Amino acid sequence: MNRFPTGGLIDRDISIPFTFDGQTYTAHPGDTLASALLANGVRLMGRSFKYHRPRGVLTAGSEEPNALMEIGIGADCTPNTRATTQEVYNGMVAQSQNRFPTLKADILAVNDLLSPFLGAGFYYKTFMWPKKFWEAVYEPIIRRAAGLGRLSGQADTADYDKAWAYCDVLIIGGGPAGLMAALTAAKGGAKIILADEDFIIGGRLNSEQTEVDGKHSQRWAAEVATQLAEMPNVRVMTRTTVTGAYDGGTYGAVERVGDHIADAHGAPRQIFWRIVAKHTILAAGATERPIAFPNNDRPGIMLASAVRTYAHRYGVAAGQRVAVFTNNDDGWRTARDLMALGVTVTGLIDARTDVAPDVDCPVFTGAAVVGTGGRLGIERLSVRTSDGSIQQINADCLAVSGGWNPSLHLTGHMGGKPTWREDIAAFVPSPDSIPNLVTVGAANGTFSTLGALKEGMAAAKAALKNLRLKQVRPKVPAADDAQGAVTAFWHVPDVKGRSWLDFQNDVTVKDIAVAHRENFRSVEHMKRYTTLGMATDQGKMSNMGALAVMSALTGQSIPETGTTIFRPPYTPVQMGALGAGAAGKGFAPERLTTSHDWATSRGASMIEVGLWHRASWFPREGETYWRQSCDREVKMVREAVGVCDVSTLGKIDIQGPDAGVFLDRVYTNVFSTLKVGKVRYGLMLREDGMVLDDGTTACIGQNHYVMTTTTGAAGPVMSHLEFCAQCLWPELDVTMISVTEQWAQIAVAGPKSRELLAGLIDDISNESFPFMGCGAVSISGVNGRLFRISYSGELAYEIAVPARYGESLMDELVKRAEALGGGVYGMEALNVLRIEKGFLTHAEMDGRVTAADMGMSGMMSTKKDFIGKVSSQRDGLNDPMREQLVGIKPTGAVRQILGGSIMVNVDADPIRENMQGHVTSVCYSPTLDGMIGLAFVKGGHARIGQTIRAVDLLRNVDTLCEIVSPQFHDPEGEKLRG
Amino acid sequence: MRISCPHCGERDHREFEYLGSAKLLERPDGGDRAAFHDYVFQRKNPTGENAELWQHVMGCSAWLYVVRNITTHEITAVKLARDVKAAAR
Repeated sequence: MNRFPTGGLIDRDISIPFTFDGQTYTAHPGDTLASALLANGVRLMGRSFKYHRPRGVLTAGSEEPNALMEIGIGADCTPNTRATTQEVYNGMVAQSQNRFPTLKADILAVNDLLSPFLGAGFYYKTFMWPKKFWEAVYEPIIRRAAGLGRLSGQADTADYDKAWAYCDVLIIGGGPAGLMAALTAAKGGAKIILADEDFIIGGRLNSEQTEVDGKHSQRWAAEVATQLAEMPNVRVMTRTTVTGAYDGGTYGAVERVGDHIADAHGAPRQIFWRIVAKHTILAAGATERPIAFPNNDRPGIMLASAVRTYAHRYGVAAGQRVAVFTNNDDGWRTARDLMALGVTVTGLIDARTDVAPDVDCPVFTGAAVVGTGGRLGIERLSVRTSDGSIQQINADCLAVSGGWNPSLHLTGHMGGKPTWREDIAAFVPSPDSIPNLVTVGAANGTFSTLGALKEGMAAAKAALKNLRLKQVRPKVPAADDAQGAVTAFWHVPDVKGRSWLDFQNDVTVKDIAVAHRENFRSVEHMKRYTTLGMATDQGKMSNMGALAVMSALTGQSIPETGTTIFRPPYTPVQMGALGAGAAGKGFAPERLTTSHDWATSRGASMIEVGLWHRASWFPREGETYWRQSCDREVKMVREAVGVCDVSTLGKIDIQGPDAGVFLDRVYTNVFSTLKVGKVRYGLMLREDGMVLDDGTTACIGQNHYVMTTTTGAAGPVMSHLEFCAQCLWPELDVTMISVTEQWAQIAVAGPKSRELLAGLIDDISNESFPFMGCGAVSISGVNGRLFRISYSGELAYEIAVPARYGESLMDELVKRAEALGGGVYGMEALNVLRIEKGFLTHAEMDGRVTAADMGMSGMMSTKKDFIGKVSSQRDGLNDPMREQLVGIKPTGAVRQILGGSIMVNVDADPIRENMQGHVTSVCYSPTLDGMIGLAFVKGGHARIGQTIRAVDLLRNVDTLCEIVSPQFHDPEGEKLRG
Repeated sequence: MRISCPHCGERDHREFEYLGSAKLLERPDGGDRAAFHDYVFQRKNPTGENAELWQHVMGCSAWLYVVRNITTHEITAVKLARDVKAAAR
């Protein structure tokens, strides 16, 4: 065991069992998977992406590139989980990834021997031909060999949620700067959210042996966290990563609610938050960066800061004999801290020459590590001393510190470019990169604890001032003020072997040199050519090192070389969290008619029409195929009476003294002359002259109209009308509201429809309700509306009642219809009925057709202006050879027509150049006993009686057709008026 | 992005639907085809501030005249389109 006897923020009284690669270990509450494995002496935690090199944990935070695990089993398995952030829970199952058959004996480690052939650009150069081999052969093999964790292949059964939060001040990061900012802002009365990705607030305060306000920094952090949690205006969100900064002070964040517990008891696993903040204080800290030297990726080689974190926070010795390699003063602290804990430090190697570390261990200044050795983990290292000689040092852990990179990622999300600071050899955020966001502490390049506390407080005070809240003057607690000197040192020069920059994507210093040699020198090109920074850690460990190497090669400075752009998310976000609530039924809202349950209880097959669910057909006993039901339902309407729920059609209530004028302007035809108690069919164009929608509008009172729209266009038409009323003619006194959901509307169609209604409505005579008449009616004491309109070509009515009576009216009407030899019909029959009659839907009105194309130029009033009038006069829209609406029916041996077929002349090849039009709607017509269709044909109105072909090249159907009038059934309309 | 609806207050952009340039307020009177061609099809493509029409579809249904900086998404003015149109008359 590598656990120190005391210390750390773990509960030593409780032991938690978990398994890693089948072996059982124990952890304590407060442990991460990484700390628990290290405590159990496990150093080997993964295999690298491309070369399958053995890898151990490098960091102690979310920037971890190596120790990625599969957590959980079956559908609950989450791959690519960072062991450094995953808390251990009772019975947790963890597995290593990207290895076969085992982590210790991975046969694909052979890739490492082949590495001279597998460098940057290898795929592009090698797998060029034969071309079709890429998808079929190369890619699957490469994907299997090079990879991360496996997906379970099963649907994710976990729950995810999404939520919104609002605050005055959002503080990102709960280290010294964030805590001080939170304390100050909270005391001033601001409503604050403090979000930290860790499960314990405190940041580096929990990882160091230092004092704040005269007490251990861990204790100070815990006390402040408790104090904050008790304040009503503070929301402390642990395990919450702010992943992106967006416009208007909106931030995305993922809260891991259930990832750390064995059974969440119904709580969601993760919540995706959208946090809206008036002010934001970014206190995300900094991440230490490694130094590139040969074989710097062996298990046991870790960041110095991580070694201290494991020691102080988890009470774990990362090794028993530790060496330290540094270019800054922080490295010395690592050596001192470990020695104080009784760990042997076998050497302190400082790349700088002009320093004198005051540490009681073998010290090498002006020296560098030039190699490491050991099987499946470091055992020794070679040091090139200042005089050039090579010295071997034994160590089972090498702590490396190459300086610190401020965690400025969020400040790049809106295009902000960072500023280079030579004194700390790092980029810091430029001010105002994100509106109303201030960066403080280590994220701002202020690495001392005292400096972080001061900056956090100053930013909070500024926020309070902007918010016009109470000014407070809290005392800055006493703390360490050492900023720590650093001299840039990125990689050890003049060495043999591969020095790793990007651990996750296996990119070495040499690969950058290859990219430079092959002229992929811009950082964006270099990144894509070598894949550096494109792994799940998004280059947190590697970008700076690679930039430095490239800038040395090009002779440009680092700021001249620039950085790649940081984009959201800061750390990987699971698709489940992003799609929270949208899986399965949550994918789209469902709109159900009031007769929905009634229909499904009768075995109706349902179909989606936009968001609506409508009954498609109602099978009767003995009917096994939809056509049987559909044909019967059509005949029922034509010969007796049918009942259909048409509530889904858009219904818009329009009122006001100028309502008639308004309708005149939005419809092509005149409505201001419509008398009370009358209905008129109307056609609506877009301003470019194309048909927007059609429908009927009823005048049900003085200055009171009810417009119907097609089901699909209800929303767009409503929006269009609002646009016309508000943006074009605000002087018109007219108001409108959608009443689609307030009224259930049911069609009763067929020669016996009047007979059916006669028992329900007092006066249903042709005189009271002539064709296109409407009026108020009472149905069993319920006030409703009756419209004599027809979408089937038969004598027909539509009855509207308040939605709460929809289902009972439906039931009553169908009972009466069945008594008359009729019954209910669905969408399929409705469609056949309207095609037989030549009525239109959006299959025809597809946004490319004019009123003239549909044979409705007569509906374009010449007496008034209306939307689309002028544009429809354009020459091209009046070309007689435009595709025009016609009917078609088969005349040859082939009796089938398929929707979507293209039309060609009888002797022409079915190729695009010969296209004469296309088929929009087809059906089998039981009335005409054959297939019929609606089609658009070039110059079609003048070609009635001619023969043409409908060709479907996909399904290989070629049908000789006669062009006919689109009104197949009762073209004179006698039945309608009967 | 957040838009301050004059009726409903500041709301997330997903409550709104974008239509296009506020030029759509300036529908020509009369039957001049060239004027309509310009109105229907011709749009400037500015960087920086642009006047646009948005509708608060998930709220009060009001059409809004929104001045938005296309490069930064900063919104500098939101008015009811009805008022803007009426003032222009």
